[in-house]
Amino acid sequence: MRAQFVLSEIGVGLRRNLTMTFAVIVSVGLSLALFGGSLLMSDQVSQMKGYWYDKVNVSIYLCNKSDAKSDPACAQGAVTTQQKEQIKADLEKMSVVDEVLYESQDEAYKHYKEQFGDSPLAASITPDQMPESYRIKLKDPEKYQVIASAFNGRAGVQSVQDQKEILDNLFRLLGYLNWAARGVMLVMLFVALLLIVNTVRVSAFSRRRETGIMRLVGASGFYIQAPFIMEAAVAGVIGGTIACASLVLGQQFVIEGGVSLAQELPLIAFVGWDAVFTKLPLILAASFLMPALAAFFALRKYLKV
Amino acid sequence: MIRFDNVSKVYPKQTRPALRDVSLEVEKGEFVFLVGSSGSGKSTFLRLILREERCSQGQVHVLGKDLARISNWKVPQMRRQLGTVFQDFRLLPNKTVGENVAFAQEVIGKSRGEIRKSVPQVLDLVGLGGKEDRMPGELSGGEQQRVAIARAFVNRPKLLIADEPTGNLDPQTSVGIMKLLDRINRTGTTVVMATHDQNIVDQMRKRVIELEKGRLVRDQARGVYGYQH
Repeated sequence: MRAQFVLSEIGVGLRRNLTMTFAVIVSVGLSLALFGGSLLMSDQVSQMKGYWYDKVNVSIYLCNKSDAKSDPACAQGAVTTQQKEQIKADLEKMSVVDEVLYESQDEAYKHYKEQFGDSPLAASITPDQMPESYRIKLKDPEKYQVIASAFNGRAGVQSVQDQKEILDNLFRLLGYLNWAARGVMLVMLFVALLLIVNTVRVSAFSRRRETGIMRLVGASGFYIQAPFIMEAAVAGVIGGTIACASLVLGQQFVIEGGVSLAQELPLIAFVGWDAVFTKLPLILAASFLMPALAAFFALRKYLKV
Repeated sequence: MIRFDNVSKVYPKQTRPALRDVSLEVEKGEFVFLVGSSGSGKSTFLRLILREERCSQGQVHVLGKDLARISNWKVPQMRRQLGTVFQDFRLLPNKTVGENVAFAQEVIGKSRGEIRKSVPQVLDLVGLGGKEDRMPGELSGGEQQRVAIARAFVNRPKLLIADEPTGNLDPQTSVGIMKLLDRINRTGTTVVMATHDQNIVDQMRKRVIELEKGRLVRDQARGVYGYQH
């Protein structure tokens, strides 16, 4: 088979069918941009999980004097030194525990002041109203339940709080957004496939004279189909390139520069260029293979060999 | 070369068979006219040889192969050994005469050197030497049919199928085309030609096969047209 012959056939086909080709390019571009976006979003969520889970602790708040009156868990009164030492010893014996830090009432008061500053509420708080606590770092942040079941309800313990729970709500929200993006992507992908099938059909119909003659002189099925398949693949790859460009531009203008979320929200670790670049080959491969396969199956129906 | 054994063909959703129990044999190097009114089954007969259709019953052998046993992807290989010519020429209007002929070689992957050599040769053979760069639209009907014959013959097929090749041509031009087909036949190529042209059949005195309502009603060695309009 001669490459030049096939290439010229592809060019003719794409030009003849310009509006449809354009529609294919746009829909493939959009759906694959969403595809890449949702991949990056997953990366972003897992990166944030890694970053934040590393920083979160389980806190065991201990009873203070004022809790003794207000909180049923502390009915036995403020925590005693003996209880504190027992809790610490028990914690250090547990295999899931990585590190135990003690926060005194004064330290808690200091942190509280730092956080809420001069608000009227902060002004009315005194150090002895703050709870003492153990801050526990776990080897595996998922093992919160082990601590909770061991210490909830023990004498001197006011409550066990898992900070991860707060983050999990956020991650769940991001997860929903990600699924929504994937849903839109699937719809777009479906539209793109329908467009490709239709484009191929129109293309095959407008060249039925040529293909009829090719069949007549004994051209192989592949030889007859190749220009149509390549036509769809070329349009697809152009769309894929647009998708790649939009991902790169998105990273550049939303995260790195422009809106520059990376600087606006330093608390969140955003995905870097490496994450973006690993997605590009995937998108390009999909933009080539998907239309080619769609065209192949469309031709089985519309181009009898 | 061609053998039909009790061949019947019923198209889907039709009750009347297009061919009914047809048996015949065409030897290598023969020239065969296929006659019969419209709807008699001539086209179906040719389509079965080209394996554009498969027969419903019986066996069709072409070039020694049972067409029912050829898998779909090998059909193009088989068609390369056949040449086909049609009433409506079937040339590509946006390609030159030379390109049209070369097309038959390009699609089967012949090298450019081979194509450059064989295209002028075959155009000389059909009497169109030097008209390589003309467009089909600039040529007369007879010349266009010669281009189609050149394209059918450029790969030196063993069998040439012609479906009313003179149907669109005036009698004088038709004679020229018949002389050309006769010349091709003399090189050893078997020719099967479906036609309505009484004069040609009567003049050539070749084997005549007549179909009527799908049945083989006549097979005459040096026959005449014999069919009344």
